[in-house]
Amino acid sequence: MPLYINGIGAISPQKTWGDEGVLLSAPIDYPNNYLACVEPDYTQYIDAKHLRRMSRILKMGVAASTLALKEAEINIPDGIITGTGYGCLEDTGIFLRKMVEQKEQALNPTPFIQSTHNTIGSQIALLLTCQGYNQTYTQEAFSFENSLLDASLQLSEHPDQNFLVGGVDEFTGLSLQIQNRFGIFRKTVGSSLDLFKTSSSGTLPGEGAFYFALSGKKTKQSLVSIDVVETFFKPTKEELLDGINQFMKSHDLKKNGIDLVLAGKSGDNATEILTDVILNEAFGSSPVGVFKHLCGEYSTASAFAVWLGARIIQYQHVPPIILDKPINTSVKNILIYNPHFENYHSLILLRSC
Amino acid sequence: MKELMADLKKQIIEALNLKHLKPEDIGDDQPLFVEGLGLDSIDALELIVLLQQQYNIKLTNPQDGPKIFKSVKSIAEFIQQHQTA
Amino acid sequence: MKARVHIAGWGVISAIGNSVPQVFDSLRNSSGGIAPLTLFDSVHTGVLPVGEVKLGNAALAEILSLPVATPRAVMLGIHAAREAVKNSEIDLKKWRTGLISATTVGGMDKTEEFFKEFLIDPKKGKLRNVVNHSCGKSTELIAQDLGIKRFISTINTACSSSANAIALGSRMISAGLLDIVVAGGTDSLTKFTINGFNSLMILDSKFCRPFDASRSGLNLGEGAGFIILISDKVKKSEGIRTTSYVSGYANTNDAFHQTASSPDGRGSFAAMQQALEMSNLLPQQIDYINLHGTGTVNNDLSEGTAIRKLYGSRPPRLSSTKAFTGHTLGASGGIEAVFSLLTINQQCVFPNLRFENAIPEIGITPQLHFETRLPIHNVMSNSFGFGGNCSSLIFSRSDN
Repeated sequence: MPLYINGIGAISPQKTWGDEGVLLSAPIDYPNNYLACVEPDYTQYIDAKHLRRMSRILKMGVAASTLALKEAEINIPDGIITGTGYGCLEDTGIFLRKMVEQKEQALNPTPFIQSTHNTIGSQIALLLTCQGYNQTYTQEAFSFENSLLDASLQLSEHPDQNFLVGGVDEFTGLSLQIQNRFGIFRKTVGSSLDLFKTSSSGTLPGEGAFYFALSGKKTKQSLVSIDVVETFFKPTKEELLDGINQFMKSHDLKKNGIDLVLAGKSGDNATEILTDVILNEAFGSSPVGVFKHLCGEYSTASAFAVWLGARIIQYQHVPPIILDKPINTSVKNILIYNPHFENYHSLILLRSC
Repeated sequence: MKELMADLKKQIIEALNLKHLKPEDIGDDQPLFVEGLGLDSIDALELIVLLQQQYNIKLTNPQDGPKIFKSVKSIAEFIQQHQTA
Repeated sequence: MKARVHIAGWGVISAIGNSVPQVFDSLRNSSGGIAPLTLFDSVHTGVLPVGEVKLGNAALAEILSLPVATPRAVMLGIHAAREAVKNSEIDLKKWRTGLISATTVGGMDKTEEFFKEFLIDPKKGKLRNVVNHSCGKSTELIAQDLGIKRFISTINTACSSSANAIALGSRMISAGLLDIVVAGGTDSLTKFTINGFNSLMILDSKFCRPFDASRSGLNLGEGAGFIILISDKVKKSEGIRTTSYVSGYANTNDAFHQTASSPDGRGSFAAMQQALEMSNLLPQQIDYINLHGTGTVNNDLSEGTAIRKLYGSRPPRLSSTKAFTGHTLGASGGIEAVFSLLTINQQCVFPNLRFENAIPEIGITPQLHFETRLPIHNVMSNSFGFGGNCSSLIFSRSDN
């Protein structure tokens, strides 16, 4: 059943909160290739006495959830579901480092307490005194998708309820150092916005915190509906094409007739070989926009795509930074196809409502 | 004693990330927990770590915490007792 | 009415045994698995009581034919999951099968080894020790071992993780999205968790005494527990006899404090109450409660208060099996689900070790001895975690 998006809170490497102006009209470039979030003044959203203890990812998550609830005009949701690929990396790193350096003596408890993945969702619940359903998924690039699936199960049982569903991930100096050693990032320093203009190996690291206020029934706040979410784990090329074709058939989508495909191309020329095959064979001449030059590659990047797709449908404006050729028809459906390295592929279908 | 309390106030602000406060904002006898500064049980654990790191005093029973950490003055008195012992 | 979800198989590994039969033997004989830490070099080695699985990494790798660089939690998970699948005698590939696992620290044991060298020189540290760090990666490796691709997910809600995995699996089968789910969780002892809990000052320097007036903390443990959930269609088609099904589950949040439970146990109470509502059972129809019962001053008082509120002075038979295994964190829901199912399967209840005096504020005396030939029809299993995550599962005896 469709999930209706009634409010969105978005903290990302682009200016996605506050007065956004025309959607992505002034995209931010990252010449050092690390797409770190543009962060608000958190004192607007969080009391000083709570703020003092919170790590960056907690502040990002709480701020995003507050913005989503505000737009949806909800005080307390009935449930909070969070997807995070790597959880609270900063505090994990702090505790690990201190454990080694201090030889397990006199260790501060705060980073340990805040290192668990469910801290983000529980911090939000604590601040709102939300005693409802609270879940945290951490399945790499399915973390946000699993969260949406869970929300659809919950809301199909209780359509009148409102759920906050989020995708939150951060990078830290340590995590970037380690990931760099795996050789997954672009080596040359340049413009992040030009990611797709040069063919090279490697992608760009990113991060973000997104929360969506969802309901099972359409309300006057409803912006867009998330109709279906599907995941494909370690598919062969044939299995993936077959799966996508079946998906399109079951949801009345024609190969050349999707208003807009948002493709999670990563900029890495090796993995893009398959992505380009899929885009061509599954989506034909449907217009294809890209987004990871704006948010980077990370486990819950599909949440950025859902924010983007929702705002495109809401404003009926396709930012030139995601798609060269203008679209002349109205955008009523957007299919997000997000490949994450080789093993993770997901589809999320958004429709105007 | 005065110097110890002044040091403690700086250390408490640092350890508990009370960035919005200056040492002079914390009274010597001001209650630290529940009312006053409104600290909680996690802060109490952090203060136990502070005692160990800064003053080499190891508190093995967290239940002793509330009495010792009542105010900056009570912490200072505890430190002095244990350092001269 | 929700479509029924049956349990067709189970597997477990913990401080008290490496299989379901071994674990049952230990439970029956009141033979606990807590002992001083030996698993790795730490300031706590030889001193801190923990519930270690009695197989080292090399032995596990050999038994399972896995690379030695495999994180311990993955090996424990594969060990238990293989037993569960074998136990069910089902060919998973014939059906729409998913794996829903849970873990709190995933491959952290190997990450710790990496960090030691990496902190001295960022070019040092073997990458193979950090490639499987994430929680999701553990599940990938277990899925790979079992040959499951259709659906995988990992839940991390601290100590309630694998209970939530079982609930999600049940939900997905009832909704017709999957036919079979291998559901549960795994966690291994790590320096990270031992030192983390030590910094919270909630570890007992002695063997833990859940629900006892003199309790003074928990003992950490490790292990894995998985159960095979199947739909009605699979049960009929495969002709499987099952002894139990999932009759209720609930997930609530205490929303009181990041690590402590509310004094009135409001989150635990709500979880138990909602699970009962879902299973259409009255509190009196529960024959045994497997408590979360960590042995901390706070949890046992909070959980005990919630039980008193639900039952007054006459709760059903109840016990915490953490006195046997230690607190296995993300695996506890899965391991204790297997224990709960054993009580139905064997019509018995397990004792709460080392209990002497009831907590004065709640006055509950748990089960003191292993008791069999009991009518056990409905069993509740509680799992309450950091972040206020409270979950309760109810399993019921099948008629067939």
